[in-house]
Amino acid sequence: MRRIGVVATAAAIGLALTACSGGGDGSGDGGGGGDGGTDVEVFTWWAAGSELTGLEALEAVFAEQHPDFTFVNGAVAGGAGSAAKDLLQTRMQAGDPPDTFQAHAGAELTDYISAGQIEDISDLYTEFGLTDAFPQDLLDLLTVDGAIYSVPSNIHRSNVVWANPTVLEAAGIDPSAVPADIDAWIADLEAVQATGVTALSVATTWTQVNLLETVLMADLGPEAYIGLWNGETDWAGAEVTGALEHFETLMSFTNTDRDGLDWPEATQMVIDGTAAYNVMGDWAVAAFEEQGVERGPGFVDFPVPGSDGQFGFLADSFTLPVGAPNPDGATAWLETVGSLEGQVAFNQAKGSIPARTDADPADFSEYQQTAIESYANDAIVPSLAHGAAAPIAWSTAISDATSKYTTGGSDLATYQEELAAAAG
Amino acid sequence: MKTIKRWGPPVLLLTPSMILLAVFVYGLIAANFATSATDSHTAAQATGAQPTVFVGIQNYLDLLASEAFQHSLKNLLLYTVVFLVGTMLIGFMWAWLLERPMRGEGLFRSVYLFPMAVSFIASGVVWRWLLNSNEGEAALGLNRLFQMVGLDFLQNPWWNNITWGIAAIALPAIWQLSGYVMALFLAGFRGVPEELREAGRMDGASEWQVYRHVIFPQLSPVALSALIIIGHMSLKAFDLIMSISKPSNYQTKVPAVDMYVFKSSFDYANSAAVGAILLIIVAVLVVPYLIHTSRKEASGR
Repeated sequence: MRRIGVVATAAAIGLALTACSGGGDGSGDGGGGGDGGTDVEVFTWWAAGSELTGLEALEAVFAEQHPDFTFVNGAVAGGAGSAAKDLLQTRMQAGDPPDTFQAHAGAELTDYISAGQIEDISDLYTEFGLTDAFPQDLLDLLTVDGAIYSVPSNIHRSNVVWANPTVLEAAGIDPSAVPADIDAWIADLEAVQATGVTALSVATTWTQVNLLETVLMADLGPEAYIGLWNGETDWAGAEVTGALEHFETLMSFTNTDRDGLDWPEATQMVIDGTAAYNVMGDWAVAAFEEQGVERGPGFVDFPVPGSDGQFGFLADSFTLPVGAPNPDGATAWLETVGSLEGQVAFNQAKGSIPARTDADPADFSEYQQTAIESYANDAIVPSLAHGAAAPIAWSTAISDATSKYTTGGSDLATYQEELAAAAG
Repeated sequence: MKTIKRWGPPVLLLTPSMILLAVFVYGLIAANFATSATDSHTAAQATGAQPTVFVGIQNYLDLLASEAFQHSLKNLLLYTVVFLVGTMLIGFMWAWLLERPMRGEGLFRSVYLFPMAVSFIASGVVWRWLLNSNEGEAALGLNRLFQMVGLDFLQNPWWNNITWGIAAIALPAIWQLSGYVMALFLAGFRGVPEELREAGRMDGASEWQVYRHVIFPQLSPVALSALIIIGHMSLKAFDLIMSISKPSNYQTKVPAVDMYVFKSSFDYANSAAVGAILLIIVAVLVVPYLIHTSRKEASGR
């Protein structure tokens, strides 16, 4: 009898604990925007570093523009956004969306759109005057069947080469001379390799996909490159074969431990001088700046040879989920995100550039100024590695094929067949 | 009234856990099988914005026919074999060495058992560096160590080899769980009564013959338990692979990683099908063992 008493007590304690954790969840949801209609839960994966500083800057502008609403930070850390995306998937599925969430602009939204999970916000574009503030190329890439579903907060560029001038000079290459196309670049890479340094550093699969997309941009040109994503360019065609051969050659110059690294480690190789070149999106500039490496003497950057005049864009953007607890608050947040003050404050802190073209370049750093100029003048093309070009299932198929190819699981012809099949 | 008094409390105590199990284990397994038999491959179908159709075992057939999934299964088999053989051999050897009471035994036992206390994620971070695939000048980790001791020919790409790479991931797993297998075997050794050894010696058996014919045969139930425990852990391998490699790396794909990748790209039907296949593989391994033990318990009574 006494033993039963003990067990019963234990069970009671267990139940009480469960109840507590349940209560904790409940209050968390309350914070998510249910009570009073003033809370706006902003769901992001900006939990650390310059991204967090950017979010805080944006929050400050929001508080100024919309004092009636309270910003609630719903940031989820971990896995470069994969932890947040997993949680978001679960919440959307359960019909418990945040008031607004961060997502890569462009084709990655397709899944949410076709699932009927986010609202068409084209009207807000007219209301907030964003149609005139954003460049037409960008608007075209954001538009799905005549409707726009998100407001981009910042723009990054994917097709940038970062190089170490000291290593280049040691190989007899003039750091200020930018190779005209991939073939000319390959000649330089050979010269570097002859000196015994890793010529081109790359990291795990997604960075290899990033390299692939920039080679496709360089060899195909903007129209044919965009055609890859809307079906007008044939993945099985000879042009793509040529680009893939270039990709094959470029990969032969890379470090063998690539699959175990992520982009900061690959970029670090250029900073340390153990590699000459690295192709990475322009968030890499922060890695150089944080370590006091100066643009010019410490590092040089240029668009991937042959892709000059193209701006491989990727953007974070905010959405209005269907069934958001506080749609008015979310709309207010979207207004701040799209506003000039919001974009300037956020991007100064994060190191990216505003999606609006009316920001004053003088407010930004030296690299950002060149990016702003290219963004205004270049053809804007979508980046694959960051969700702008293809829906998730398609880009997953491309990374699978790429990983299989670069680890030696398939030859170039099979690789191209798999890429064509993924597009199918 | 008397029966209620007798059966009431146990039933009352068991009911909550029975209900929880029914809903959260068996109910969800059923839901998983139901999803795997549909064509729910997109986000729209997952939320019900578009209809799903019952397709029977089509997803299973497609998966098993796809080269990528066969590669995952092959990897899983290789990983399991290396992991099992490694932990069983090393664990058994250690237990055998520690079998006779000796000075410092507690220390050795703890040293061998400690790696198990480290999570796969934490040890994976360290092993990712140890198993760096650079060779020559840029070598790091174990490859660098081989150079320093003059064993350059041992340098290899570790987990980046397309065929054998997954076996390299089994190394940290072996390092972590050999101590556990040792503890199991040690308990087995200690369970053999001293009288049996003495009886063997009285009959003129050499020390080796005592081990071979008296003690080892009595360890087979322990060996079977160890095999089942390590085997089912191996089939669920996910965290170690995720922390050493990346989900998209082809060379280290196993079904659990495929399941994650499918789920992340809203392909719930295939994700569920991979989960079901894993469950079936584990069941094939574990169910005969459970039947075996329950029969033995029944006959033992």
